[in-house]
Amino acid sequence: MLPLLGTGCDGPLSSLDPASPQASAVADLWWIMLVGSGLVFLLVMTLLTLAFTSARRYLRRPHAIYILGGGLVFPATVLSVLLAYALFTGERLLADPARPAALRVQAMAAQWQWTFRYASGIEMSDRLVLPAGQPVDIAISSQDVIHSFWIPRLGGKIDALPGRIHVMRIISEQVGTYAGACAEFCGLNHAGMYFTVEVVPLAEFETVLRQAMDETRSN
Amino acid sequence: MAASGKSALLRHKDLQRAWCNPPGWGRLAAVNHSIIGRRFILTALAFFAIGGLLAMLLRAQLATSRSAFVGPEIYNQFFTMHGTVMMFLFAIPLFEGLAMYLLPKMLGSRDMAFPRLSAYGYWCYVLGGSILVVALAIGYAPDSGWFMYTPLSSKPYTPGINSDVWLIGITFVEISAISAAVEIAVSILRIRTGGMSLQRLPIFAWYMLVTAFMILVGFPPLILGSILLEVERAFGWPFFDPTRGGDPLLWQHLFWMFGHPEVYIIFLPAAGAISTILPVLSRQRLIGYSWLVASIIALGFISFGLWVHHMFTTGLPHLSLAFFSAASLLVVIPTSVQIFSWLATLVMGRPQLKLPMLYILGFFFVFVMGGLTGVMVGVVPFDWQAHDTHFVVAHLHYVLVGGFVFPMLAAAYYWLPRFTGRQAQHRLGLVAFWLIFLGFHGTFFLMHLTGLRGMPRRIFTYPVEMNWDVLNLISSMGSFVMAAGFALFVVDIILQLRFAPRSCRNPWQADTLEWTVPGPVPLYNFAALPHIRSRYPLKAQSGLALKLATGDGYLPEVRHGWMETLSVDMVSGRPDQIVLLPKPTYLPFFAALATAVFFLGALFKIYGLALAGLATAMTLFLVWAWHSGLQRDYGALPAGLGLSLPLHAETERPPAWWAMAFTLVADGTMFASLLFGGIFLLVVTPGEVQPAIASGAAMWLDIVIIGLLAGAVFAMRRTVRAVATPAPRQRLIGIAFVQQLLAAALLVYLIRAAPDAKAHAVHALSTAMLWYLALHVMVALVMTGFTIARGRCGYISATRSAEPRILLLWYTYVALAGLIGLALLRLISPVAP
Repeated sequence: MLPLLGTGCDGPLSSLDPASPQASAVADLWWIMLVGSGLVFLLVMTLLTLAFTSARRYLRRPHAIYILGGGLVFPATVLSVLLAYALFTGERLLADPARPAALRVQAMAAQWQWTFRYASGIEMSDRLVLPAGQPVDIAISSQDVIHSFWIPRLGGKIDALPGRIHVMRIISEQVGTYAGACAEFCGLNHAGMYFTVEVVPLAEFETVLRQAMDETRSN
Repeated sequence: MAASGKSALLRHKDLQRAWCNPPGWGRLAAVNHSIIGRRFILTALAFFAIGGLLAMLLRAQLATSRSAFVGPEIYNQFFTMHGTVMMFLFAIPLFEGLAMYLLPKMLGSRDMAFPRLSAYGYWCYVLGGSILVVALAIGYAPDSGWFMYTPLSSKPYTPGINSDVWLIGITFVEISAISAAVEIAVSILRIRTGGMSLQRLPIFAWYMLVTAFMILVGFPPLILGSILLEVERAFGWPFFDPTRGGDPLLWQHLFWMFGHPEVYIIFLPAAGAISTILPVLSRQRLIGYSWLVASIIALGFISFGLWVHHMFTTGLPHLSLAFFSAASLLVVIPTSVQIFSWLATLVMGRPQLKLPMLYILGFFFVFVMGGLTGVMVGVVPFDWQAHDTHFVVAHLHYVLVGGFVFPMLAAAYYWLPRFTGRQAQHRLGLVAFWLIFLGFHGTFFLMHLTGLRGMPRRIFTYPVEMNWDVLNLISSMGSFVMAAGFALFVVDIILQLRFAPRSCRNPWQADTLEWTVPGPVPLYNFAALPHIRSRYPLKAQSGLALKLATGDGYLPEVRHGWMETLSVDMVSGRPDQIVLLPKPTYLPFFAALATAVFFLGALFKIYGLALAGLATAMTLFLVWAWHSGLQRDYGALPAGLGLSLPLHAETERPPAWWAMAFTLVADGTMFASLLFGGIFLLVVTPGEVQPAIASGAAMWLDIVIIGLLAGAVFAMRRTVRAVATPAPRQRLIGIAFVQQLLAAALLVYLIRAAPDAKAHAVHALSTAMLWYLALHVMVALVMTGFTIARGRCGYISATRSAEPRILLLWYTYVALAGLIGLALLRLISPVAP
């Protein structure tokens, strides 16, 4: 189904094996939240365990410490910091309007394949070729039901909706082959709606693109 | 008439005679809350078994890559039905049943406010659920996922009956949710015992009160969405069809406006059980009662501002994503207030590690993790990766199993002695706990990683290259351990029902009124209703159970064979009415059957049959309403403890008035959702807007309709004022009838003159709005005709004035809806004709 992909041990669709600045930012966010959550979880579980031992007499503090301190101030502080960091990360992931895209590719979803159209008129199914290091805008839409465009190692997903066009900015810095998938349930063959993304050096981009189209045709 | 010389046994026999329920087929006539509550719970458990079986089949399929166990046709039905069954046929009915069973006993009353409505809701639930299960058995179950996203669920992409089964079956089941919510809200606010002010309300009742209001506001958007989608599928009105001006995102908004509050609607009753059980088993009063009340009310409000966090990947503007992300994190605060007040209660008390407590510890462990991953997916950039993957599958199971199933298991072991009158036995339950707890983590803990490694939701198979095999195999094995735990729980409960020795009345030393009820539970709960002087009556008022058994309380005597309970002032808990409860009747059962005929007619597109079912159901409702009320005045009657009170039919605002008010809250939310739809299509949906009302229909027609509806309100207000004098009263109500009739005729004219609803979503929505108004005016006509007949037969008098007052509520609502609805249609159609 999928051609051989050069991947780490995590698997070709792993968001924990990021290959772009955007995907790395989100993976970092995940690891930070994991550590933070682990600490909060330990805190609650420690209090809970101590409550069942005689050590609970050391924990007997005025009710306000628990309800206002634990229930209100503690989460409000932690969550404000998290929200600020998340908004900051979110802004970084957005397309920088000052830097125009080098390329715009139309991604049209249909049950159950992706069609990628380039400005040069080249059109391919389930196979996307991108130049490395260049900002590319993918204009995503659907012909029928809702699908979702997702290349986990390069960034997050966005839905492909009929009647709407969503633009996603991708900058893939590492040359290589990546896997993409449809993430929104779209009917019988949803499980088979994968595609591949080949990121090639800018100099070879046009050549590889033409080759790829010829291969697709001969198939 | 306080404690007369009668012995406790004779008193019991008198009450037993008045409250008895016929055996055999007569069971179909039962309306008593203990019986209906038990039926809800058992039926919900049966559906849980079905949903669980589906889950095991899903896990069997996913255990290995390229599994050939089932194909996508079947798999898609399985996962759609697993979610649907667990949400709509297990979780909600389970807590409704628990609330119906427990609330009257906790509030010191003999039944819920509207026992026949409970029974009707129950039959709607069973019949609606059966439609879905039968469809599954014969292979026509819904298969577009439990949130039924359009266009996948609409006609071109699901041409079969599958989606109709979901839309119609679930709407049928929702009737029971809405009716239970109205009933729970009115019962908690009005049907309590004397002295139980709001400050003395058991904490569980606060949780259920907030839950009930959330259902009233949370379910109507889904009901409306389901009706619109079914109309689109059946008649081609393109509300959600992007090729004809509709918008698939409108469906998602309507669905998640329901779907997000739904999570809290399921969590709150379970949290209410924890707030009740945990302090008892910690031998410490609940710490922070008022803070908890404030935080659950806050939770109720905030939960309606989060729905968009299910739609972070649908390309909404980034500013609105930031807003909804902040709101999603904000909702953590009222939840942490609860967690920390429970921790404080544990620390200040001397907690005992009894079995219900063990399940509560399971809740803490699982739910806190679910809450933390919930914060993660509330963070937009992370959600762009995690959304629609198995990470979310793991998260939602941590929240729902942790936040609902574990507390409900704790509740089962805690209240089992209350249900059975037998001692709690905890050996098998302990083994079941560890199987469920370890099996759960085996299934779902590593599933977070499966999701981060990119496995999307709802795929029936996956290639081996993806490296998901080991993780999935572990999940599948864990799920079978968990299933064994649930099976053992069922075995344990059955064994306890049969073999456990008799229990003392209050085995946990609890402090809420349900533990004063004798076991096995008599249908009337209390031989006399207590007067409450504390939030913890069992601690503060010693020997209460014995006093009640000897008739030292409110309403200790049976008169005229009536079934009586108290109604109180909402805030102070001062008794103000004696409520007469209905005897067992087949009406709810047959009304539900007639309703089933309506829904089946709609499902199989035999619309004549559907209309016949609807007409029969309406007729039965009228018969039902006719059996309520009195044809003469009784005046104030002795109510025990030296108090004299009027019967509810002789007051201005009996429970039914409040039921109408709360029903209008739900109806108003449905109307607001329709308005939202109109504005959404106008403002958000790409494309040009079409004029809504045919050019033939002039503005003056709108004004005449609004004038007629306002005139009817005016006439009805005067009817209420003239209620004591039959002749002017009947004349005024006749005038109101004629005004409504004219308004109905004009609305039907507008519908006929409107442009083709199939042509464009805006036309479809305008026509739907006109139909909404027309149907409301038609219901007003039926109710007015009924009230005229009631007036002729002597059911209305100077004191018995509630029926015109209830009608006035409806009239006022319809007039307001008419004003706003017709104004919106003018807004959609800016060009004056």
